[in-house]
Amino acid sequence: MSSPVAHVDAHEHAVHRDYGGAKIGMWLFLFTEIILFGGLFILYSAYRSKYPHEFHDAGSELNWVMGVINTVVLLTSSLSMALSITAVQKGNRRLSMLLLAVTVTLGAVFLTVKYFEWMVKIHHGLYPNGPELLKRPPGEMLFFGLYFTMTGLHGLHVIAGMVVLSIMLVLLARGRIRQDDYIKLENAGLYWHLVDVIWIFLLPLFYLAA
Amino acid sequence: MNQLAIEEEHGHVVPYATFVTVWAILLVLTMILTLVSKVFHEALSVWAMLIITPLKAGLVFYYFMHLKFEGPLLKAMVFVALSTLVVFIGMLFLDSSIQ
Repeated sequence: MSSPVAHVDAHEHAVHRDYGGAKIGMWLFLFTEIILFGGLFILYSAYRSKYPHEFHDAGSELNWVMGVINTVVLLTSSLSMALSITAVQKGNRRLSMLLLAVTVTLGAVFLTVKYFEWMVKIHHGLYPNGPELLKRPPGEMLFFGLYFTMTGLHGLHVIAGMVVLSIMLVLLARGRIRQDDYIKLENAGLYWHLVDVIWIFLLPLFYLAA
Repeated sequence: MNQLAIEEEHGHVVPYATFVTVWAILLVLTMILTLVSKVFHEALSVWAMLIITPLKAGLVFYYFMHLKFEGPLLKAMVFVALSTLVVFIGMLFLDSSIQ
């Protein structure tokens, strides 16, 4: 019986070794995300320079307090994510799991705030092809179109991040992520932090630039 | 693989206090950005946005995403990717300023 187990151990050990490769792979994926959102930021900038007044007026209709609250929520979730990795590096699995659970919960808080924010806008008919938005000038239609596209795409990334981090929580509980093998948690953390960085840019563009 | 080799591959363990400090700085920067945008002059708020927002993103990249502790290859890759984006944004502004 001992030989197959030893074989599995040796195999797993060989897999662990390429941390550098795993990390570079994750970063390459993050670059595609940066280019994806970067393209949308360029689109936003192009239309903003074409319709500065409409973007200004439409932007002042967004609830900036909710935007700032969500920024604090996401920054704090990034902190708990980073601390969770330090905890697992120090061999403190319970603390790492607790911090990871906090991160996922803060993601849910973010989405809840976002839900109420969107619902208010939709209730007022301010959604793509909505009755109120159709009466507005083209620049404001573009602003709200970009607002729903970009915050919506970002929201999908938050959901994806929460799913990935929940899987990491299970792997931690099962001992598949541990002090000597935590690259999965690190890469999941990189994704979560990038989602945070994208929000850092969305805040001033949509909520504060009015 | 001995402990030293593991540490070399993983980069070193960042203390809890470092992350908490970075988080506190990020919150202060967010507060400044919000105050400048909502209380002070609009021209000032554009400058605050252009300086503070990349600074915040840089702090997340450098500390939370461990870039500070990565090797030159990964740093160079990130630099090239971000530079590409900056070049395109620069080209956009150049284009829109000429029109």
